[in-house]
Parts: sequence; structure tokens; C-alpha cells
Amino acid sequence: MIGDLITGYGFWNPLIWVVVMATGLLFAWLIWRCGESDYDKGTEQTKPYLSGNDEPEKGAVHIRGGNMYWGFTQALKGYYDKLVPLHSGVVNDYLAWFLIGVIVIFVVVIVL
Amino acid sequence: MNMLLDNMPALLIAVPLFFAFLIPIIGKFAPKIHDVWIILASFVSSLTAVITAVTVFTKGTIVYVFGAAAGSPAAPIDSGGIPFRIIFTIDGFCAFMLLSAAIVSFAVVLYLVSSQKERSGKSELYALYLLLTAGIFGMVSTGDLFNFFVFLEINSLAGAALVSYHRKGGIAAEGALKYLIVNTVGGLMVLFGIGLLYAQYNSLNMAFIASQMSFTTVNIVALVLFITALAMKAGSVPFHFATPDAYSVAPSGITAAMIVASQAGLYGLFRIVFTLYGDIFNTVTIGWVVIILGVLSMVIGVTMAIPQKDVKRLLAYHAVSQTGYMLLGVGVALAVLGDPLAMAAFGQTAMEGGLFHIINHAMYKGLLFLAVGAVIYRTGVWSLNKMGGLGHNMKWTMIFFLIGALAIAGIPPFNGFASKLMIYESVFAFNPALSIIAMVVSILTLASFMKVFHSMFMGPQLPEYAEVKEVPKLMIAGMVILTIFVIGFGLVPDLVVNNLITPAADALINNGAYITAVLGGGL
Repeated sequence: MIGDLITGYGFWNPLIWVVVMATGLLFAWLIWRCGESDYDKGTEQTKPYLSGNDEPEKGAVHIRGGNMYWGFTQALKGYYDKLVPLHSGVVNDYLAWFLIGVIVIFVVVIVL
Repeated sequence: MNMLLDNMPALLIAVPLFFAFLIPIIGKFAPKIHDVWIILASFVSSLTAVITAVTVFTKGTIVYVFGAAAGSPAAPIDSGGIPFRIIFTIDGFCAFMLLSAAIVSFAVVLYLVSSQKERSGKSELYALYLLLTAGIFGMVSTGDLFNFFVFLEINSLAGAALVSYHRKGGIAAEGALKYLIVNTVGGLMVLFGIGLLYAQYNSLNMAFIASQMSFTTVNIVALVLFITALAMKAGSVPFHFATPDAYSVAPSGITAAMIVASQAGLYGLFRIVFTLYGDIFNTVTIGWVVIILGVLSMVIGVTMAIPQKDVKRLLAYHAVSQTGYMLLGVGVALAVLGDPLAMAAFGQTAMEGGLFHIINHAMYKGLLFLAVGAVIYRTGVWSLNKMGGLGHNMKWTMIFFLIGALAIAGIPPFNGFASKLMIYESVFAFNPALSIIAMVVSILTLASFMKVFHSMFMGPQLPEYAEVKEVPKLMIAGMVILTIFVIGFGLVPDLVVNNLITPAADALINNGAYITAVLGGGL
């Protein structure tokens, strides 16, 4: 069948996947259509409720890239404290890593 | 017409060089047709590559001997069996790489013509771009080791010059200089390795050396030099350091082309390991070396990408990470090359998954760089901390970026999922831990691209970007071409694997066919 990709343990057919997903989306849309349509765009009901406070400026509510995954990098602080300085921007260090790589691989290949 | 078809391998190099040397003249005397000229140049170059690739897939390996009459043997009778002329040996693996380079090269030119419209020095940019294209085509076509080195140098020099095309207060020049120094050292190591082989075998022809290759310490030294230098060209950890420095400062269209340029290094690595050395050494050890380089690239690439705030630097680290998947898949195949049962059970699939990921990565990473470049083109901002809400104004760019992001994260039905699935399942049979690492890296990739997508396109429309509008149509056209392949390869992966990937994998695994094609005559 067109689309059948043999992957080793089984197969993958994206065309079947697309049909299944489309069917699922169709059902979701039908269920959504059964809902009550009381949404009025641009009215009071669409404004965020912030405990009675005024809505901040648009720029102030957007979560910037630097604020994301802070917890992830903080949890791996020890790892990042070692890894980031290796990317020193100094080309001498880059070449040193190249030489280290050559030596390590050479030893591995000769010994094993 | 037949003469043109017969000489197509020579035209692979001649066409981009011809157009490259004429571009400065066109730029000076006929600037009105300048843009049309570069589009035509890239179209004809890519067409040459596509025709060559199709010929290989339909008729078999092409052996083209420069300076010899058509039909002459690669090794003349009075040469003692040594092919001494420059030879292009184009098999399934070369054809596959040519196809990938041709598609990206043409898509990038459409994008560049529009994105560089207001810039000065375009003639030099396009001339260098065509030199880069010639370097890539040459690297993946030649059957001669010294020729390979020459094209590698053309590739690296043109690449470094292109990286520094926009000065950006000296940062671009610094990135280019690092890229140049590191790649020059790598190139010298390749040259030294070639010298070691030439001293022993009195030939530079890959097929001839492969037929004579023996297990000696000198050969092992040459092999290690080839592996490390070409892994560096491909951007593999721990030789990757210059890659993010260069990619993050190059013009975005150029960075997309640099992905293919670095993959030519990967081509060289696989070609040398499988074809030159395939039969004579312990492939388990070298296989594991390649696997470990792959795992390091995957993990360190993605973990370095996550905290980045410069969007292009982030993408560059993901390029390093994705190279790891290719090394992992092909490394597993290399590790079981001497075990026919394991090779049949999962090695072939691992190899095909790794190779499939090469072309997939060229398409979706090229697309991502073009989409991010479109955002930078309109906003002039690189920092994710300063972006937001651009989906309101740049809907097409947002859609293209989303497709590229889902593909790189391995979300079905895009092309990245198909190749990653092949790698996961086959590598699991070899070593489950490696497969789990690959899956975790994919999850981290998805997380990273959620951050980028949210930071750039989501959220309320910001006042500073209220006037931003969608990029010009030619830039969109460049992205559309790559999107078609990202979706198309994802929807019919079986057709791609059966017609492109399996012949490429077979060409690598069966080095005897490569040797026979050259020393036995070929087409």
C-alpha cells in the first residue's frame, strides 16, 4: 500500500494517520458545534479578569523567550556551568578540542 | 543532446563556475538582468544535478573520466591498472546527495534574490554562492581523493566568505574567521591523510585505493584524521564549536545553504569509512566511535540550544543536534557491518534512517532558517527576548516555521518523523539506551521549538511590530519549495526510501560495486 514505510518492528503509514486525524478533528468540530454560541467578540466578556486590576500593556503580558525554561536550566545548573564555558568563542580552544578528539579517537581505534 | 547528457558530470562543476565568473560582469554592465541571471544560473545548476541523479537511479553508477574518450576504461591499459586521470564516480549515494543539494540550492537563491535586493555587493555574493554550490557538487561526485580535498577547500572558503558578507559590526567577520581557521585545519588534516594513502598506494583514486586497502597503522592514522576532520565539517560534537558562531551571523539564506555544505562533510565521512575502509578493519570499533559522536552531538546540541536567546544561534545548535541522528543511524549500521544477520535485521534500516534524515534535515532546517530569516528581515531583531506577536502580521512565515518546527521535532506526518522512527526502532534493536536517548532529545527539541514559536509568533500584537508585514513573494516561494518536500517526504516516505534512500544505502554498504564500476569500466 502507498505510504507503508517498513521501520524494523512494524510499519508507518502517514496517509492512514492523516485520515484518522482528520476524522478525529471532524468529530471534535461536530461536538464544538453542539455548544452554546454566546461568545461576543470585543465585548466585556472577552477581556481578561485580573482581580479588578487594569489590563497591563500588550508588551508587558507577553512571556519573552528568556523567561521560558528557567526551571529546566536551573535544575541542570551544574551541567550548564560546565558546558557553557567550553563554548568560549576562542578559536584556540576550538582547535584544542579538535586535537583532543584526534588523540582520543586514535587511542580508542588502536587499543580496541 | 546526447553529448550534453554524456558530459553531465563535467557540467555539474562547469555550469556553476561559468555562471559565477560571468555574474560580476553582468552586475556591472547589465544590472537589470542581474537577478534573472542568478535565478537562471541556479536553476540550470540544479537541473544538471537532478538529471545526473535521475540517470544514476535509472541506469546505475556513472564513471566519468576527464580527458578520455567516451567509453574508455577508467584505468588505461598502459597504466598498470591504476586510474590516473581525474574521475567522477557517481553512485546512488552521490546522486542522493546531489538531489538534496540541488533542491536547497535553488530554493535559497529565490529567497536571496528578494532578501538581498537592497544590499550592495550582490555580484560577489552570488558568485561566491555558486562557488559554494560547485564545491558541494564536486565533493559528492568526485572519485579522486585530491579532487575531494580541492572541492572541500572551495566549499569552506566560499562558505567563510559568505558568512562574513554582512559585516554586523565585525561579528560576522569574527564568525567567518573562526569557521575558516577551523575548517582550514580540518582541510589540512584531510590532505595529510590523503598524503599517507598516496605514499602507500601510488594513486589518488578512491576505488583503486579501496581495492588495495590493508590494515596498517598508517592507514588507521589516515582514517582517524579523515573521521575527525570531516566530523568537524559536519558540525559534530566535540568539533562543533565554530558552527554556531558562523551560522548565527551568516545571512539566513546562506545559513540554509551551509547546512547542505556541512552535509557534504558527512558524505565524505561515510564515503571514506564505508567505501575506502569498509572491508579491512574492525567496523565495530569505528561504528561505536561514530555512534558516540552522534550521541554527544544530539545531547549537547539540544541542551545548548534550549537556553539560547539568539534565534539563529539556537537553530545552529539544533543543526548540531540533528547531525547526531544521522551519525547514530549510520554508526549503528557500521557497527554491525560485519554481521550479516544483524545487518539484515536492523542495520540496513538504521543506515536508511540515518541517510533519510540527511535529506529531511536539509529540507526542514533550510526552511527554518529561511523562516527565521524572514522574521529578521522584517524586524531586524535576533533576540527572542525582543520578539512577540508576529503571527498577527506574518501569517505565511508563521505557518512555514510551524511546519519546519514540527518536522524537526519528529511530529507526524512530517518528514522528520519518518526518518526518526526508522532510527528509533532499528537502534533500539542494537542498544535500547541509545534509542531512548534519541527520543528524549526529540522531546527536548520539541520543547525548544515551542519556546521559539511562542516567543516569535504568539502573544498579543506588540506596538513596535504593528507596521511589520509579510515578506515578498520570492522569499515565500523559496520557503514553499522546501515546505513541499517537508510535507511530501513525510506523506509518502516509502517512495522516497525505496527510490532514493535504499540505493544510497546499498551503494555505501556494497563497496565492491563501487570498485568494480571504476576498475571494471562502468558506463
